[in-house]
Amino acid sequence: MAGRMVVGSAALAGLVRPASAPDPAGGHRVLPVAPELTGLLPNRGLRRGSTIAVATGQPRRSGGTSLVLALLAEASRAGSWCAVVGVPTFGAGAAAEAGIALDRLALVPQPGPDWPTVVAALIDGVDVVVAAVPATVSASVANRLAARARQRGSVLVPYGRWDGADVTLQVIKGVWEGLGQGRGRLRRREVTVSARGRGAAARPKEIKVWLPGDGLTRVIPRPAAVPVASVTGRAAAGRLRPVPPAGRPALAAVPRRGGLALPGPV
Amino acid sequence: MTGAPVRTLLLWCPDWPVLAAEIVEGVPATGPVAVLHANRVVACSERARAEGVRRGLRKREAQGRCPRLTVVDHDPGRDARAFEPVVAAVEELAAGVEVVRPGACALAARGPSRYFGGEEAAAERIIEHVAQNCAVESQVGIADGVFAAGLAARAGRVVPPGGTPAFLTALPVEALGRPALTDLLRRLGVRTLGDFAALPAGDVLARFGFDGALAHRLAAGRDHRALAVRRPPADLAVTAEHDEPIDRVDAAAFAARALAERLHERLAAHGLACTRLGIEAVTAHGQELHRVWRHDGLLTAAAIADRVRWQLDGWLSGGTGRSGARPARPTSGIIRLRLVPDGVLARAGLQPGLWGETGEERERAHRALSRVQGILGPEAVVTAVLGGGRSPADQVRLVPWGDERLPARPGEPSLPARPGEPSLPARPGEPSLPARPGEPSLPAGPAGGPARSGRAAPTPPWPGRLPPPAPAVVLPSPLAAAVHDAAGEPVVVSARLQVSAPPVRLAVGTARPVEIVGWAGPWPVDERWWAPAEARRRARFQVCLADGTALLLAAEAGRWLVEAIYD
Repeated sequence: MAGRMVVGSAALAGLVRPASAPDPAGGHRVLPVAPELTGLLPNRGLRRGSTIAVATGQPRRSGGTSLVLALLAEASRAGSWCAVVGVPTFGAGAAAEAGIALDRLALVPQPGPDWPTVVAALIDGVDVVVAAVPATVSASVANRLAARARQRGSVLVPYGRWDGADVTLQVIKGVWEGLGQGRGRLRRREVTVSARGRGAAARPKEIKVWLPGDGLTRVIPRPAAVPVASVTGRAAAGRLRPVPPAGRPALAAVPRRGGLALPGPV
Repeated sequence: MTGAPVRTLLLWCPDWPVLAAEIVEGVPATGPVAVLHANRVVACSERARAEGVRRGLRKREAQGRCPRLTVVDHDPGRDARAFEPVVAAVEELAAGVEVVRPGACALAARGPSRYFGGEEAAAERIIEHVAQNCAVESQVGIADGVFAAGLAARAGRVVPPGGTPAFLTALPVEALGRPALTDLLRRLGVRTLGDFAALPAGDVLARFGFDGALAHRLAAGRDHRALAVRRPPADLAVTAEHDEPIDRVDAAAFAARALAERLHERLAAHGLACTRLGIEAVTAHGQELHRVWRHDGLLTAAAIADRVRWQLDGWLSGGTGRSGARPARPTSGIIRLRLVPDGVLARAGLQPGLWGETGEERERAHRALSRVQGILGPEAVVTAVLGGGRSPADQVRLVPWGDERLPARPGEPSLPARPGEPSLPARPGEPSLPARPGEPSLPAGPAGGPARSGRAAPTPPWPGRLPPPAPAVVLPSPLAAAVHDAAGEPVVVSARLQVSAPPVRLAVGTARPVEIVGWAGPWPVDERWWAPAEARRRARFQVCLADGTALLLAAEAGRWLVEAIYD
């Protein structure tokens, strides 16, 4: 057509696409997650309408909140709206470091007894709803909220004990690096995350990631059997990267994503 | 230029900068006061003048002549603001007022003099009205043209029509207000305006240029410049009076909705939008509730109605407010609702995007969050804004959803991870920061928001804040803890930041002690040492426990606190 215009603006280029092009990400049905976490989720992302629970680890304070932040980060960066309900201790600084856009993140620190109503109202309008599960949530309320999320196309991320989620992520182990006896500082943490669920996610999986990672670490030391891979070029983009397996060199030999290696299912 | 100069009435307030300082800052103008700009006296009070203070003196010289002199900085904005009520008072009597400068305003004399029956009567009336309304003394001069009227006002004279050139003749050339020209004219032997006006116009233009020619015309009483009449600002507030007092919240919100529609029409007619809105409710017994709501976008009619409902909810029903400072319940219903748009700006800057995908999502989220605000109250839904600060809790300000997102303290969040060692420990005893935290230097208003990063205003560095990673769990109120060394003794940090022994066990609250496997510190934080009531001195530690948990501890006044958890 003669009237075809060349749109120079980079901002518009992201929003406009030709009608002939395929819908990205299956018609926006799947919100993106950080590449290191795609292996844990059945659709390689947060499928709209699904319930992805994050269980609190053992002991209680060992990486659950960071895992939630890591789950939200990529979707928030891509323009989704997120809400966090019932976490009065939410660390906004850590959220910003993880890459979450704070102006698209709403916090409801004290929902009180109206928790189900508030979560339901947020499911109506917000793409990803993280809800800290209070001690007493009946199965019927849980089912109703999950059904509502399915109907409205939001992703419900219950944080705490939740039965019947599509996938349940849990931090099994976290080991901090960088702190000595009276010296150093906390730099990064190697976290083992497990995923189990229903349907396509029935087979349990486990990966190790840096969570939070250290933007300065460019070369991850590996066992001698495996060639050294570097993560250059992604240092600023993500604060999250897979940890090379320590004791399973055979499995880790499968290279993925430009030299990064993930351990297979355990 | 044809025609005679306009007959002009000029109202002059003597020593206006001094009066403005009294009105705005409460410096008594009856005492010796001088207003200084760039170390020179700009204006002084009558008492100071009696002691020998003159315009143009240096500060030291003025203080030498008058030791008890109160010195005030010159602030043109303050002068203009204080003059606004005076202009408004004049406008009540006469239309078409030009503000010549703060302290002097001019208007065409014809209208008021015919209305009040004579020029003297009009002048008296205006002086009296200004004195009654603003408690400001003033003088009026009437002459042909603004320049001559200004000189007549200094003498408090009414120059008869046509008598202006004769009135000007006897005045010295200094009255022109052009020091360089005056100096030259004096040396040429031209001492009065009459002498100057007698020079041939063509020669004056050739010798003194255009400005000289203009001064020559003024000196001859040929001041043809028309008055630049100011337009009074449009009154945008809308009011609804109710004969039947409203005592139910929903009825008030319903009334507010109609009022909001009217406000919208009025703003749209002026091509304006408002970002801050004052809502004022008055009861039959005269109680008033006023609150200003801020908003980061356009306030729609529905949003205004919501805010009226929230505001009145706590007031009328005695509400279940979470914030403790609710006003007492009114004794009768509301008879007047008033919406006062505050932060008004041109609407063009607030157009939604052309490809409105993000706007649509925003709308959807906005509706959901407003609904939650309706359930729990406006302060229950917040967004976080990162600013400066040394502790993780200080860096975050929680802003109610829909309000302007301004940080509590200026400063960049510590996002860009800088390579190398952190600039962590500020040296003990060193003053932490000369800037004053808690006072955002950013201007209010959403227009300043996006442009903020481009501004040259330096952001304070906040030395002593922790490097990334930031803790994912920040405790709103720190937990008490106990830290012990290998011998079971409590670990203490001395004033010189000496740790008594390596910490080995940590017990949070009443829980079982856990072994510490890694620790670092102490990193001192010495905040607001210049304000004894708010001063805080802490030493911070990062510790890693045997069960894999990492904590941010602080030792303050001999106690150990858990500030945040690296979850």
